[in-house]
Amino acid sequence: MAEPTSQKIPVTVLTGYLGAGKTTLLNRILSENHGKKYAVIVNEFGEIGIDNDLIIGADEEVFEMNNGCVCCTVRGDLVRILDGLMKRKGKFDAIIVETTGLADPAPVAQTFFVDEDVQKHARLDAVVTVADAKWLNDRLKDAPEAKNQIAFADVIVLNKTDLVSKAELAEVEARIRAINPYAKLHRTERCQVALSDVLERGAFDLDRILELEPEFLDGGDGHDHGHDHHGHDHDHGHSHSHDSHGSGGLKHYHDEDMQSLSLRSDKPLDATKFMPWLQNLVASEGQKILRSKGILAFTDDDDRYVFQGVHMMLEGDHQRAWKEGEARESRLVFIGRELPEQMIRDGFENCITT
Amino acid sequence: MKEFDPGTNAASIVSVTDRVRPLAIPMPVTSVHFLGEVAAFVGAEESVALVSADGEISLVPVHGGGILCAATDGARIVMGGDDGKVVALDKEGEVTLLATDAKRRWIDNVAVHPDGAFAWSAGKTAYVRGGKGEDKFFEVPSTVGGLAFAPKGLRLAIAHYNGVTLWFPNMAANAEVLEWAGSHLGVVFSPDNKFLVTAMHEPALHGWRLADTRHMRMTGYPGRVRSLSWSAGGKGLATSGADTVIIWPFGSKDGPMGKEPAMLAPLQARVSAVACHPKQDILAAGYSDGTVLMVRLGDGAEILVRKNGGAQVSALAWNGKGTQLAFAADDGDAGLLAL
Repeated sequence: MAEPTSQKIPVTVLTGYLGAGKTTLLNRILSENHGKKYAVIVNEFGEIGIDNDLIIGADEEVFEMNNGCVCCTVRGDLVRILDGLMKRKGKFDAIIVETTGLADPAPVAQTFFVDEDVQKHARLDAVVTVADAKWLNDRLKDAPEAKNQIAFADVIVLNKTDLVSKAELAEVEARIRAINPYAKLHRTERCQVALSDVLERGAFDLDRILELEPEFLDGGDGHDHGHDHHGHDHDHGHSHSHDSHGSGGLKHYHDEDMQSLSLRSDKPLDATKFMPWLQNLVASEGQKILRSKGILAFTDDDDRYVFQGVHMMLEGDHQRAWKEGEARESRLVFIGRELPEQMIRDGFENCITT
Repeated sequence: MKEFDPGTNAASIVSVTDRVRPLAIPMPVTSVHFLGEVAAFVGAEESVALVSADGEISLVPVHGGGILCAATDGARIVMGGDDGKVVALDKEGEVTLLATDAKRRWIDNVAVHPDGAFAWSAGKTAYVRGGKGEDKFFEVPSTVGGLAFAPKGLRLAIAHYNGVTLWFPNMAANAEVLEWAGSHLGVVFSPDNKFLVTAMHEPALHGWRLADTRHMRMTGYPGRVRSLSWSAGGKGLATSGADTVIIWPFGSKDGPMGKEPAMLAPLQARVSAVACHPKQDILAAGYSDGTVLMVRLGDGAEILVRKNGGAQVSALAWNGKGTQLAFAADDGDAGLLAL
């Protein structure tokens, strides 16, 4: 019997390139007086160790599922550890999985989609990526892992902001946004971020895809995308601190190999068309799609439907009833490489009830 | 697959539910084993509940944390825990500390050999302690998923990613590796020592004929196979993981190759535990909806032992003589049936 989502144990995946400050954040989580107990799955013992919490060493063993899909890799060690941890349910409130700096977040995230037993008891709450404000730009150029970690993030802790100038900070934020405009970004020194901003986020981070302005989501500068009706003024009025590089606006970059795509509709979607379309889309294009998420309004359905996906795997459920006066709007976002944008847009249009 | 006639309603099934001695084990139970006439219900953490034939329950603390694995030779239960310890428990309730992992790693798997040897694993390393007490160890390329002793000689099967390693702890010869892509999480030898079968992470079993390492793929399950039991004489391998008990035929030299499994006792629930009777062609099956049935292998006739409606059945075992059946659910609701 699957437990209702609310009773499943939330799992936070903590990623970040070498030296970004993951361990600092983890130590804060473990030592701060928050009254919660965490089971923490780490890669190396020694640097941390708080009596109150369960600390488990892991080996980052990735294996490929025998289902003919090359990107269906999962962390076998996590399956085993979570299985063991479930015997101690009630001894902890949440689970944190730390990955090594060079890890691809996909297998960790996929573990929560593919394994029946894991899914029964635990749910992926958020992927939190710690990024180094000073060195991230360089790593995005030479380390594909660093880029994947940014692309996968629900929450980005942009750390060591005291080591860079305002201009450098704006530059690195623009680079991050070029890859992942949807993640919640926190600027920190020594990972000083409110723990409620990184742990047990629930649906908060998903709701963020509703809050973002469409201009922002569409990138705004319009080049090569065929939707230049938004204009080129680079002036979206959001709250980023503008630097003094002279253009008078926020920089926009397009990452050479990672894009994001946002779709929306004010009209309800036809679930009988949308579900097969989405499943086919991730089945055929899943290697290119790193992450997908959405909040959906279906015809004749008073409940909000939410989903999230990693590569070819999807997980979705009715989340709650639409509130009185709440706009019943559907939003989907995709982050990936070489996304077949027009094909996705056309397919989505086709699912809108007319 | 043969026709099954579900025309009978639940009320018409033969029931022995009134002959079950109900037990309230005060903890979640993950497995049950008989030590003589004492039924030992292994908890998810810390303790084992020893239940005498007249139903008296005594709790014995064995681990300082989760109990991750347990195996028995009928005289004692060997267990491994997330406290890094390997312990043994006998029917008198005496606990013996057998080994402690130097790094306090989880003990993920244990296996026992009829002559007193036992094996355990932590991470990628499998350890064997023979009758003389000296420890031998062997490291495999990835974390050990399962351990099993061969029925003859001192030979240990170590399941891991992409296959199984067969190791003779007392011989210098190289270990043999049986390869098959994927994660292998449980392993058993057939009682005649001719076949090796693993339960995989995906919903499938994989087997090898040991004489020529020919592969046998056993697929079609909707869920992962967590419970395996050889029928009396080893002619069939009964498995959980589907909404019927799936029994693969191992009576011929080719094993189940090219054959269909028997599918018995279908319910609207997933089979969660199976235990074959040690002497007769009968098995007990537990389901995700709490049902426990006894099933005759020959014709699939069913007897109801526990009604549905409770937590998933997590533990099932017969005593050595086959005169008692013990079962327990995830929540500790349990019972003993004397035949």
